[in-house]
Amino acid sequence: MATEASDATRLEVRGLGKSFGATRALDEVSVAVGAGTVHALVGENGAGKSTLGKIIAGVFPQDQGDLVLRGTTVSFRSPREALTQGIALVAQEVALVPRLTAAENVFLGAEPRRAGFIERRTLRDRFDRLVADAGFDIKPGSIVGRLPLAQQQQVEILRALARDADLIVLDEPSASLSAKEVERLHEVVRGLRSRGHTVILVSHFLGEVLELSDVVTVLRDGRVVRTGPIADETEATLVTGMLGRPVGRAYPPKQMPLPEAPVVIAVEGLSAPGVTDVSLTLRAGEIVGLAGLVGAGRSELARAIYGATAMSAGQVLVRGASIGGQPASSIKAGVAMIPESRKDDGLILRRPIRENVSLTSLGRFQRFGFVRRGAERTEVRAALEQVDGTDLVDALAGSLSGGNQQKLLFARSLLIGPGVLLADEPTRGIDVGAKRDIYEVLVNLAASGLAILLISNEVEEILGLAHRVLVMRYGRLVAELAGPDMTEEAIVGAAFGTTTSSAA
Amino acid sequence: MSQEAVETVQPAVPLSQRAGRIVSRAGILIPFLIAFAILAIIAPPFLKTANLTNILDQQAGIIIVACAGTFVLIAGGIDLSIGAIYGLAAAVSLQVATQVSAPAGILAGLAVGLAVGIANGVIVTRFRINPLIGTLAMTFVVSGIAAIVTKGNLVVALDQADFQAFAATKILGITSGAWMMIAIAILAMILLSRTTFGRYVYATGGNTQAARLGGVRVNAIRVATFALSGTAAAMAGVLDASRVLSAQASSGQFLTFTVLTGIIVGGTSILGGEGTIGRTVLGCLFVALIANGFNLLGFDPFYQQVTLGVILLLAVGVDAWSRRFE
Repeated sequence: MATEASDATRLEVRGLGKSFGATRALDEVSVAVGAGTVHALVGENGAGKSTLGKIIAGVFPQDQGDLVLRGTTVSFRSPREALTQGIALVAQEVALVPRLTAAENVFLGAEPRRAGFIERRTLRDRFDRLVADAGFDIKPGSIVGRLPLAQQQQVEILRALARDADLIVLDEPSASLSAKEVERLHEVVRGLRSRGHTVILVSHFLGEVLELSDVVTVLRDGRVVRTGPIADETEATLVTGMLGRPVGRAYPPKQMPLPEAPVVIAVEGLSAPGVTDVSLTLRAGEIVGLAGLVGAGRSELARAIYGATAMSAGQVLVRGASIGGQPASSIKAGVAMIPESRKDDGLILRRPIRENVSLTSLGRFQRFGFVRRGAERTEVRAALEQVDGTDLVDALAGSLSGGNQQKLLFARSLLIGPGVLLADEPTRGIDVGAKRDIYEVLVNLAASGLAILLISNEVEEILGLAHRVLVMRYGRLVAELAGPDMTEEAIVGAAFGTTTSSAA
Repeated sequence: MSQEAVETVQPAVPLSQRAGRIVSRAGILIPFLIAFAILAIIAPPFLKTANLTNILDQQAGIIIVACAGTFVLIAGGIDLSIGAIYGLAAAVSLQVATQVSAPAGILAGLAVGLAVGIANGVIVTRFRINPLIGTLAMTFVVSGIAAIVTKGNLVVALDQADFQAFAATKILGITSGAWMMIAIAILAMILLSRTTFGRYVYATGGNTQAARLGGVRVNAIRVATFALSGTAAAMAGVLDASRVLSAQASSGQFLTFTVLTGIIVGGTSILGGEGTIGRTVLGCLFVALIANGFNLLGFDPFYQQVTLGVILLLAVGVDAWSRRFE
């Protein structure tokens, strides 16, 4: 459906195009955003929704096409220029000075001054007025670094409002917030709209989009699929639009491990920073889900098992033998870990894919210290093929999308010939289609005899993949659920410590 | 010298982006060729064999140190103590050569460099001291020791023909010192690009945490790079002491700057994880061409310093600029 430009159009983009290296991020994108509306941009990762939001906010320039504001064509060379037209971006990662106060951050670079000195009283007054207008609850003197993330986000929004922005681009605002904070954020967005501001909402969460927005633009592979009123959409129509096809069953069928399958890894009385006295076993071919709230100690447990952090008590036995408590010795024992943050802990983005995949098993490809590149290349390709990954092994790891980067880590794990795989949030930050691929990989690896510990924040994902679920709370294992007991209520209840099904 | 070409599909990309990528690939080669061509045209003595072999001779030590320094930078460190190690190793080797024998002098000099290099590595890894500060402190310690060893004097030993033969024997028109530089550069190139050690060096500097979780013993790798750097600095000191048969504690004071300029002008990133030996060699030769050009054209050497400083700034700026396009 076409949205025709009118007086009520706050911003229009026409024929926008943008490339990053070989990737065409946006192609012939035209969208009109109505004044005073909440306009959502949805799409898979890599569909171009964030790129579009960032071009609108002047973070980087477009290659082709125009931005039209009230009939005049503009082009922004910096976020500052966009701000002069009343456009501000609140990015996924907050960009505040953590040691300054909320008020100082809001007016950073635009402090009321007299003779070079900041007028603290005026600063405070303006801040109070702004906060009251926005309906937030933030004290001017709070040190920003100590505020919860949701409030830091509000400080960013205040900063935009303080500079008279009336079009605010929110890039994945709820991605790192708790459920309660998300609620609060939604109120903030509604409040902005009721005061006549325009909001462009870039979001992964379709429920949020359906609840908050007036108009939605669906993007796929850098092109606009359609723009239309939200009333015409449901979660299913949006997903179909994003994928270009209806989604099949989200999870591959479960294959149960043999009842007599041997125990591959046994953790006994393990304590480490954030983990207290955890014992567990994994059998060959088994996917065990590890659920719990953020901060319950799941990643800490995986890292301690792997030897990435030192354990203060307990031991880890792989096929009956204790392993050394160092990443190198775990790898030798056939324990692989896919870390939670592939960018920080997993990949060397500026090196080729081949080197990233072979890193942990380079010993196998060497003779007298020299890398046997032929053998390396063949085996890296084979491992990538097993996980349905790219075959461009000489491209830089950083050139891949999130899902494909994740596959590099799976391929790397496969190369060590693992018996155990510790997968920490393997689908974090990757799009719907790629998630399904990762699920296939996990199920296939388990079917081939691997024992998998799967950490996930999405209970649904754990229910869809795991044969058995362990729940952690405050660093301890508090529940083990299998068979018919494996329900969302039971998992969430155990995670919150209510153990009743009424937990929210 | 370049890494294997990366296979990518190239649709229409904007000019600035393409320029950025070409600059980051070709890097120092273009300015090097331009400088070479200009000098060949405007300063005819430049192309004389004597001048070119002289450049090679003078650069031998610098390039040896820069090759090893490239490992340190790629692994995410930096070694400011190379000038001090150079001075100490030169003095020690000359004195031992005079009092014992030429081979003993050479070995003693190298051993000093290896020891200081390992100390640097341990300071940076085990004691977690920032390499910039750690090696700066070591610079004072080592030059102080060198001044004590030489009692603050210029050490001269003009009668040590054996020792002089180490660096100054002519083979096929080029000195043995220059041959050693060529051999060491080739070995360093192979070590960095073909061995597991080289891979681990790139991984350590590219993403230390990922390398550690991938089973790489990152501290051992970093110590090894500092050990290489220290030994290479000592090698340069021994070579130059052998060439001129004199040594002074402070003789290496400009070496650190020259070497780092060469490495960085060559395109090795100060942020770690990137760089190649070939580029470092070209970078050092480029710096040498500029210096040689100033001499041949009779410019004031003080302008030379200003120019080199500006070139270093430009190189760092171009590195930051070209990174935007990846």
